[in-house]
Amino acid sequence: MAVPILKQGPFLIASIQSALTDTDVLQLRDDVMAQVTRHRSRGIIVDVTSLDVMDSFVSRSLQGIARMTRLRGAETVIVGIQPEVAFAMVQLGMSFEDVQTALDLEEGLALLEAGFGGT
Amino acid sequence: MAPDAVERIAIESDADVVTARQRARALAVTLDMPSTDQTLLATAISEIARNITTYAKRGEVCIELVRDANGRRGVKVVARDHGPGIADLERALTDGYTTGGGLGLGLPGARRLVDEFDIQTAPGEGTTVTLVKWTRG
Repeated sequence: MAVPILKQGPFLIASIQSALTDTDVLQLRDDVMAQVTRHRSRGIIVDVTSLDVMDSFVSRSLQGIARMTRLRGAETVIVGIQPEVAFAMVQLGMSFEDVQTALDLEEGLALLEAGFGGT
Repeated sequence: MAPDAVERIAIESDADVVTARQRARALAVTLDMPSTDQTLLATAISEIARNITTYAKRGEVCIELVRDANGRRGVKVVARDHGPGIADLERALTDGYTTGGGLGLGLPGARRLVDEFDIQTAPGEGTTVTLVKWTRG
C-alpha cells in the first residue's frame, strides 16, 4: 500500500498507515526523493507510529532516505517509533545513530522549524 | 486440550513475510504474551522470513503453540527452505556479515530476539531455522 506524502509549507510529511512490505518501503523512498526534488523541500517527516515492527530492512531503508535527502539539502526526521519497536531495534542491533528522531509529529515539526538548532 | 494446530505460511513474496509475522503475533496474543515480547518475536520472524525470499526465493514458515515440561507456553516458528544453504554458518551468525547486500543483522539479530534459536543448513541443501519465544513466568 502506497504511503501518502503531504506537503506542508517547506516540509513533506509521509504518514505510514499500515504494515509495509519491502516493495512499499522502496516505493516510499522513491516517492520521497521525487517530491523533495519537485517541491524543493527542506525537511521530511516520516511518521512510523502505526508500524508494529521495524526490522533491519525497514530500518536500513529509512536510514537510506535520511542520507539521500540530506544530500539534496533536506533533513529527515523519523517520528513515532513505538517503545516496544525501539526495544526490538536495539536488540536487533540497529543503532539509527545518524538519523534524527522525535517523539511525535508535533516534536518533529518543531525540530525541523528550529533547523536542528542551527546545524 | 486438543493438540495445537500448526499454521503453515508459504513464503514467496515480501507480502508473505508480513503475513508470517502477523500470524505469529496473533498466536502470541492468545497466550497473553507481553506486547514487547510479541514485537521481538514478530521482528525475528520478519528477519528469517526475509532470508528465505532473499536467498532461496521460496520456502515456508510454520508456526505453532508449544508447551514445555513445566507447562510453560510459547510460540515455535520453523522457517524452512530448499535454497542454496549457508556455507559458513559461523560467519552468517556474526553481526555485519552479509552476502545479500543487507546489514548482516538478520540471523544474529533474530537470535538475540528470541529464547531459543537453532539453525540447520548445508550448502545446496537449504536452511531450516527454528526459534521459540516463551511466555514469562
